Amino acid sequence: MASTARRDVPEPPDFGILKRLARDQLIYLLEQLPGRKDLFIEADLMSPLDRIANVSILKHEVDKLYKVESRPALSTSDQLCFLVRPRVKTMKYIADIVNADKMSGRSRKYKIIFSPQKFYACEMVLEEEGVFGDVTCDEWSFYLLPLDEDIISMELPEFFRDYFLEGDHRWINSVARALQLLNSLYGPFSRAYGIGRCAKMCYELWRELEEESEGDSQGRKPEIGNIFLMDRDTDYVTALCSQMVYEGLVDDTFRIKCGSVDFGPEVTSSDKSIKVLLNAQDKVFSQIRNEHFSSVFGFLSQKSRNLQAQYDRRRGMDIKQMKNFVSQELKGLKQEHRLLSLHIGACESIMKKKTKQDFQEMIKAEHSLLEGFDIRESTSFIEEHIDRQVSPIESLRLMCLLSITENGLNPKDYRSLKTQYLQSYGPEHLLTFHNLKRIGLLTEQAAGETLTAVESRVSKLVTDRAAGKITDAFNSLARKSNFRAISKKLGLIPRLDGEYDLKMPRDMAYVFSGAYTPLSCKIIEQVLERRGWQGLEEVLRLLNGTEFSEAGAAEASPGRDSQRTVLAVFLGGCTCSEMAALRFLGRERGCRFIFLTTAVTSSGRLMEAMAETRA
Amino acid sequence: MSRSRADEEEYWHSSKCRAFTFDDEDDELCQLKESKRAVNSLRDIVDDDEDELEKVSWSGEPVGSISWSIKETASSSTSSLEGRDSSLQKGSSSNAALPKQVSSYSLSSLFKGRNKLPSLQSLSDALSDTGVKNYAPELRRPKAEYKDYSSDWSPKDTVRRMQRGKVCSLERFRSLQDKLVLLDEAVAGHDGNVITAVLIFLKRTLRREILFRELEERQVALCHLIHFLKETGEQKMLLDLLRFLDRTEEVALSQYREHLNIQDVEKRREFLKGCIGLPFSPEDISHIQDHYTLLERQIIIEANDRHLETAGQSEIFRKYPRKASILNMPLVTTLFYSCFYHYTEAEGTFSSPTNLKKTFKIPDKQYVLTALAARAKLRAWEDVDALFTTKNWLGYTKKKAPIGFHRVVEILQRNNAPVQVLQEYVRLVEDVETRLNLATKYKCHDVVIDTYRDLKDRIQLMAYKCKVERGSAEEEKINSILNNTVRNTCFLL
Repeated sequence: MASTARRDVPEPPDFGILKRLARDQLIYLLEQLPGRKDLFIEADLMSPLDRIANVSILKHEVDKLYKVESRPALSTSDQLCFLVRPRVKTMKYIADIVNADKMSGRSRKYKIIFSPQKFYACEMVLEEEGVFGDVTCDEWSFYLLPLDEDIISMELPEFFRDYFLEGDHRWINSVARALQLLNSLYGPFSRAYGIGRCAKMCYELWRELEEESEGDSQGRKPEIGNIFLMDRDTDYVTALCSQMVYEGLVDDTFRIKCGSVDFGPEVTSSDKSIKVLLNAQDKVFSQIRNEHFSSVFGFLSQKSRNLQAQYDRRRGMDIKQMKNFVSQELKGLKQEHRLLSLHIGACESIMKKKTKQDFQEMIKAEHSLLEGFDIRESTSFIEEHIDRQVSPIESLRLMCLLSITENGLNPKDYRSLKTQYLQSYGPEHLLTFHNLKRIGLLTEQAAGETLTAVESRVSKLVTDRAAGKITDAFNSLARKSNFRAISKKLGLIPRLDGEYDLKMPRDMAYVFSGAYTPLSCKIIEQVLERRGWQGLEEVLRLLNGTEFSEAGAAEASPGRDSQRTVLAVFLGGCTCSEMAALRFLGRERGCRFIFLTTAVTSSGRLMEAMAETRA
Repeated sequence: MSRSRADEEEYWHSSKCRAFTFDDEDDELCQLKESKRAVNSLRDIVDDDEDELEKVSWSGEPVGSISWSIKETASSSTSSLEGRDSSLQKGSSSNAALPKQVSSYSLSSLFKGRNKLPSLQSLSDALSDTGVKNYAPELRRPKAEYKDYSSDWSPKDTVRRMQRGKVCSLERFRSLQDKLVLLDEAVAGHDGNVITAVLIFLKRTLRREILFRELEERQVALCHLIHFLKETGEQKMLLDLLRFLDRTEEVALSQYREHLNIQDVEKRREFLKGCIGLPFSPEDISHIQDHYTLLERQIIIEANDRHLETAGQSEIFRKYPRKASILNMPLVTTLFYSCFYHYTEAEGTFSSPTNLKKTFKIPDKQYVLTALAARAKLRAWEDVDALFTTKNWLGYTKKKAPIGFHRVVEILQRNNAPVQVLQEYVRLVEDVETRLNLATKYKCHDVVIDTYRDLKDRIQLMAYKCKVERGSAEEEKINSILNNTVRNTCFLL
């Protein structure tokens, strides 16, 4: 990043220990079923598992590995072990295997290892299926997967739907336990802030766990001093915007899975795909991940010129120098060459895709929505997007963005867009619309509330009072987003003259081309700056948020590195753009953000979570 | 009402965001291409031996990764249906090639002793014994062995114990009062897993109506029960609950949802027919009706066309064999299909585009976009022409479109329309800048020249002369215009 840090940013703590803990516990649990056995792994757990253990480690305990899927199991082993998420569907799959064995008079040993924890509902299913005593159950407390030096993921993408759509509190305990573990290893956290009902519940449950365990944290040197918990529904807008930083674009285009990405033939310019780990260790990636896409090319070409120059030094070397070169530098250069050509390939591929979908027009429409003018024009852009059957997820995303920034669609637009959507992408999306309405992402304004943003600006006093009353009366289902008012209050749309230099960003808005400062990050910035919520009362009222700010038992000693290290907890997912923005803020303010998220998310993932699928 | 046009204009010109384009012509892409060339030219220096890279199997997974290994088992077990023993051997031999890593884990070091592994030192230092319990709660005793013999935990303690994963008997909560206190404690404890566990108990020990009645005032618990019923597939009880709560729309949607699980189209059609009478919102009823009608049509069309195709009599099906069945496709896809295969059919047939348009009240915009895409794909330029030609009352023809002509151009271009066709529509693009961009991009010289002429932009016109072929009709045209204007200017002087 081009900007110069004002103060030294503290180094992130070493999270490698989390991987070791998880791995060792897994081995221990596998040892509890002595002898040879086959291991069935749930698909969702395979990538996380890959990040902490490899086959050679598992091979000590396990004969063969299978994936949990709908097909019947072919295993011949006498002992079967299942490594699964606590889901009803998976329980039925396992019960079927056990019952089939019983029918054919075969006796085996079965063990289910739940990760990160067991649910009572799962045991109930096992009981109902008549296999309760036949299987033994255990828990693998694998709550935290360090994806990078500053990212820890719980790898629970279903958290978003379970909590925000279904209102199920099943993962709150998991988050509390994860916090407890982090607090015991890297804490004690001296200050906690939060916003959102889920954040509050997680915080309370965690405090309760801490009080019970009476662990003495005295005398330990904390590495993380502050935590900030935030519910995803505090800010949907940011998560719905098209990402413009490199890492975000790679995620939107290729889907980063568990910190690694599959670059297909179009990127590798060969006939095979390559799986690449994207993290701070990648010398090329780490320098461009947070950059706005437009400054990435310059960087890559500079880098390739340097590389060329380094190779060129070979000419005119004598044998001894050449030997040195080969033994010391060549390996590094080759590695860099490989990474460079991969990222150049990825950039090209992103460019190609974006050019095809008239990205330019889409960004223009998005910016208009964020700023609140030309709403008609943007609405017809979205309509045309739907009519042309361009990506169903993108269409949905744009509609949600329109709805949230405008406090719901007016009934006429809502009906017309919905009808056209169903016609373009399938009538079964009726269910998707219902879900979106329930969660508050895509709503219809109640009659009488059809005020455009401009109207409400023109006659602010009158309408505000009226709208308030109408809301109380009609809109009890989904809460209003009040985006426009919040945006104004916090100055999310930078008003600047002159060009916004994306290569030398001046604020967090650079992640969205200088057009919008991510709300979630702005809130964190403001609260950390004020060391609390004082002065933000109006914003809080507009957010309808449950906020808190508490000082922990431990004495805060300002100036210490731990005091400048903040654990930012995103309940329901965090996007690459948000991480980039906060990393920028960290460099500006001399503090370090560590991200703890239920999963790395994106607009695509949020939208997909709203669809109904076959059972 | 809104900002004046001028205001907006001003706004856009003073844009603070540097225009960043994803255009092919962009300098930055050239830059990128250059870097790519540079990097690629290094290939011959960097010999392609990938010994430094991680070993990757044919599927692209790193060798030794879990996903790779699972694929190995899958392939070896499918390839060995005849003999199970061989599969066992194969499965193990394929992994035997991997270097056996010296085990670095040792549980005892972690859970019992201290300082055995230097790398763990910081951890053991950092943690007291209670700390260890935190991340490995009671690891040594398998959970299954827990038995709770004590029966006098308070509701609060019971909930707390359950939150820690301990089995607690709930049987002693027999009075309704006790049950509800337990439920409220569970909700106050914030752990959804425990809330559901208590609900499972209440569901078993209370009559439905009573449970429902009590849940009506306990929204959080209610959400948990609904989610639980959805997950376990207890549809009947779910519907009863929703009916009890008077959530009629959800009753309807929840029933409608079941169609996703019906594979057989005839059965699905029957099921959808039954859905029409469900208590949807008035607006949704028409969607459900449309869904049913659409599937009904698709079944008819599918049967007909499959027959036509196998008979081999119809030219269009011979020339463009169908790639997939039309069943269960969205309406617009069906419309595209019918514009592709049945464009000229009379309105009376189910498969004709006009019939579809009428039946489903497809808006003009959507219809034109779809028909255009289908006809352009077949390169039926006359049909495309007819789509936009209107006659006014004097009999003059005029080109009109419910969508922007730049959109028309884009679709035609994607289907490789010839320049003659393309330029006719580029000419119709209203915005001058867009028109020039498109015309330049797709080499519609005539349009470019005419536009510059109309703009009286001599400099651009002269610049453009270099881009057209020497001695071509275009060059001549430019020359004549330039001469003309010169004369005109002279005349004026």
